[in-house]
Amino acid sequence: MTREEIRNRVIDCLAGKVTCKSFTEAVTDYLEGNLSVLDWVRFQMHLGLCLGCRLYLRQMKLTIRAMGTLPEKPIPADVRAELIRRFRNWKNP
Amino acid sequence: MAPTPEESTLLQALRNGDEAAFALLVDRYHGQLLRLAMAFVASRAIAEEVVQETWIGVLEGLARFEGRSSLKTWIFRILTNQAKTRGVRESRTVPFSPLGNDDADKPSVDPTRFLTSGYFVDHWASPPTPWDEATPERLLLSKECGQRLEQAIEALPPAQRQVLVLRDVDGLSSEEVCNVLALSETNQRVLLHRARSRVRRALERYLEGDASTP
Repeated sequence: MTREEIRNRVIDCLAGKVTCKSFTEAVTDYLEGNLSVLDWVRFQMHLGLCLGCRLYLRQMKLTIRAMGTLPEKPIPADVRAELIRRFRNWKNP
Repeated sequence: MAPTPEESTLLQALRNGDEAAFALLVDRYHGQLLRLAMAFVASRAIAEEVVQETWIGVLEGLARFEGRSSLKTWIFRILTNQAKTRGVRESRTVPFSPLGNDDADKPSVDPTRFLTSGYFVDHWASPPTPWDEATPERLLLSKECGQRLEQAIEALPPAQRQVLVLRDVDGLSSEEVCNVLALSETNQRVLLHRARSRVRRALERYLEGDASTP
């Protein structure tokens, strides 16, 4: 094996078959910390080189955080009053 | 996951008939419960009923609650059971397959966005673009954007919607979600992934003003 071949083998082994498509399919595993160390390293390397995937990741994180700031569904005052009344009945049957 | 110290105090107060403690619990969880209920049943009205039945269930079960889970998980599980029963009765059944396989093979991103041949096959052909609204606050400053986000969540298949609402809107941990919905860790993650991918696509369509891409 030539030096060149060895070098390519090493790169293949480390970088694996990471494509942008495979990153979009694995992004939840990436965010959830569910990747093997090797896969994590591979995606990390890919992210370092790929602006498109960095943007994809940023959009995904923003989407997730935006969902976390959606306003809560308010409780209607009459429903709340009725529940409190039920609690009183439960307390003193 | 036992009740937190704060929950234990609350639980004691509830059992002593402390009305303020119950009001606190209702104010804290009613909105989240309603959102989750709507992921199970067909209408807002039925969802409201399911949440009220849940609170009755909480009162009935308080004496029996053994603290093997957190109080929160326990309450959410009561809702899930009520909603499932109700969903079956209203004949909007939760999909039999735990993954609700209606888009099992759908890719997370429209495949036309990737190159289809050459050395860079499956790399971006049209990569994502930066969104101007770089924070959730700025994103949701526009009322319309918030509505689009809500619509995208409502349009999800029920099983995906249930997981997404609990994880990303209500902020439960994956362990809590698995407990509440009786899902395996893997199924929870698959559903979450599909749901998040769909919602991101919807936001992208809205923010980039392109109605043509699926």
